[in-house]
Amino acid sequence: MAAWQNLVNFLGPDLTRIVVGLVGVLALVQVNALFLVWLERKVAAHIQLRIGPKEVGPFGILQTIVDGIKLVSKELITPRHVDRKLFMLAPIAVFLPVLVSFVVIPFSERLIIRDMNVGLLLIFAFSTFNVLAVLVGGWASNNKYSLLGAVRAVAQNVAYEIPLLLTVLSVVMWSNSLQMSEIVASQSKVWNVFWMPVAALIYLICATAETNRAPFDIPEAESELVAGFHTEYSGMRFALFFLAEYSNMLIVAAVATTLFFGGWKSFPGLGFLPVPGWIWFFAKTYVLIFVAMWVRWTFPRLRFDQLMNFCWKIMIPVALLHLIVYAGVIKIIN
Amino acid sequence: MANEFLEPITEQTFYLNMGPQHPSTHGVLRLFLKLDGEYIVEADPIIGYGHRGHEKMAESHLYEQFLPNTSRMDYLAGLILNHGYVAAVEKMVGIEVPPRAEYIRVICAELNRISSHLLWFGTYVMDLGGFTPFLYSFDDRENILDILDRVSGSRLTYSYCRFGGVARDVDDEFITATQQFVERLRSRWDDYHNLVTKNVIFIHRAKDVGVINRELAMRFGCTGPILRAAGVPYDVRKAEPYSVYSELDFEIPTGSKGDALDRYIVRLQEMEQSLRIIEQALERLPDGAIKAAVPHKVRPPRGDYYFAVESARGAVGFYIVSDGTSYPYRLKARVPSYGNLQVLTEVLPGTLVADTISILGSIDIVVPEVDR
Repeated sequence: MAAWQNLVNFLGPDLTRIVVGLVGVLALVQVNALFLVWLERKVAAHIQLRIGPKEVGPFGILQTIVDGIKLVSKELITPRHVDRKLFMLAPIAVFLPVLVSFVVIPFSERLIIRDMNVGLLLIFAFSTFNVLAVLVGGWASNNKYSLLGAVRAVAQNVAYEIPLLLTVLSVVMWSNSLQMSEIVASQSKVWNVFWMPVAALIYLICATAETNRAPFDIPEAESELVAGFHTEYSGMRFALFFLAEYSNMLIVAAVATTLFFGGWKSFPGLGFLPVPGWIWFFAKTYVLIFVAMWVRWTFPRLRFDQLMNFCWKIMIPVALLHLIVYAGVIKIIN
Repeated sequence: MANEFLEPITEQTFYLNMGPQHPSTHGVLRLFLKLDGEYIVEADPIIGYGHRGHEKMAESHLYEQFLPNTSRMDYLAGLILNHGYVAAVEKMVGIEVPPRAEYIRVICAELNRISSHLLWFGTYVMDLGGFTPFLYSFDDRENILDILDRVSGSRLTYSYCRFGGVARDVDDEFITATQQFVERLRSRWDDYHNLVTKNVIFIHRAKDVGVINRELAMRFGCTGPILRAAGVPYDVRKAEPYSVYSELDFEIPTGSKGDALDRYIVRLQEMEQSLRIIEQALERLPDGAIKAAVPHKVRPPRGDYYFAVESARGAVGFYIVSDGTSYPYRLKARVPSYGNLQVLTEVLPGTLVADTISILGSIDIVVPEVDR
């Protein structure tokens, strides 16, 4: 306990909170990625009449750790024709903003590293960074498949950001704040998903597109572009892209939980159960992630132009209309 | 003078080598694509990476010795090519095949056709990004492989047919297993249709993509499901009936437009027709010998002979020139994938890279068959 006190005395309470929080976030990101990769393989296997990993550890749960050790021990291959600096920068650039977003996510009433008044804005600002890293990686690889993948990723993410933000706006208007805890508090009576189902649906579709998951995985479309923007990456650099993908999944699901599914609050009618808030939070988040996996292993991939048409001709008009209608409704209620 | 400061006009296009190592070129096909952004300006399929010289090999082999080569040309429909080659030699020598052997050949050939179509179904949907149907169809295909493994001793490259019959007789277990498989596959159609055929994303990816119309298909000598999807009801089994196909009742499914969706539907319907053929053949399976008496060494008389069968991909023909010895003087295999592949040069320009994969997948090529 003395060491703990020394740390607090030395850094001050705020800084201690941040240091401890970041260590916690790093641990969460790693454990989450290990768990999600295992879950993805198990879910895929059971959907496809297979068993999935089962040899390493109980139910194969340690399989991803072994895979991770293999990836770390592999040589980092830098092909001769790449732009070396950018090539090495991209995997780091894709991973770092992921950590920042966790700072403002309220895992429970008190379990939040920093409850900023612009929390939501921070998350979306940093999640956009992801696109830049993908573009840098695809461009620096100097590979035609990578370039095509990067170009697709930019067009897709920029397009899908618009309906995403438009739907989030209607939630913000209701809670009257960008602070994550305020948004959860505004859902104390009824979750947003029940009275804004369209917004929740649009958010989930756009979030799937933002995280480049099937059926919107065209930037890394395996059967077309080999591996898309990360074709030339191997070893731990590839693992960082992979890690970022699964952490992004956790972020978008966590944000969806906060915005639409009542955050750390219990399921309606189950409030009497002595379950801490963070368990409710993670339960909701992982259910959403499971749905994303379910979708991934069910649907084929859209074509690029169809994807863009879907965004510009359907998603954006619907999101705009939704925003206008709900702005009026909220005005009347208040 | 001012022109000197203008930027020189550069071509906006670039070249992309798709294959021979690419997850979706099914083997060792290389597509040389000229791209404008993601649009294809020119497409040139380059073949020959899987060339093993089967036709030349035939000239130095006895007629009997060449049989295993046939199933290595089209490894997905090996039994049908077996059948074609054996029937061609039987026609040369004039061997009467006992009816039981003919029925067994037809049953096994149709099972092989279904297994080829099932594999195509899985890989095509996988090319479009749907991974799960692939494993469903492989689960069904595994049954066929087990059945054929039991009767022929191999799972992929069969050498089951013999001059004048088949290598081994079938037993009751084969018959019950085949009947069970027919029922099983019938019960699976609903799953396939709900998962893929009615899927809106799948329809968007296949409808009006890669239209090969009647004229184009006939100009390039396309056969099989590609030609039938374009609305031409040409099937060697009906046009020039061989074996016992004339005694069996089945239909030739055709499409209308000739797009990828039509080809998909035609293949699914063909599987259903094959099931019908298998059912009827199992019912009528006569008793008797499974192999006619054939001279120890086959020596066909001088002359040239042609015999065609319908494989899973179209008309397979064996043109054999005999000089009266026990070695063929020349053997030419007419394979459907060759013509089906060349049509890509006409179909691909103007489409997107993603469509290339869809079109290539819907054509169902087997590259070792093209290269031979």
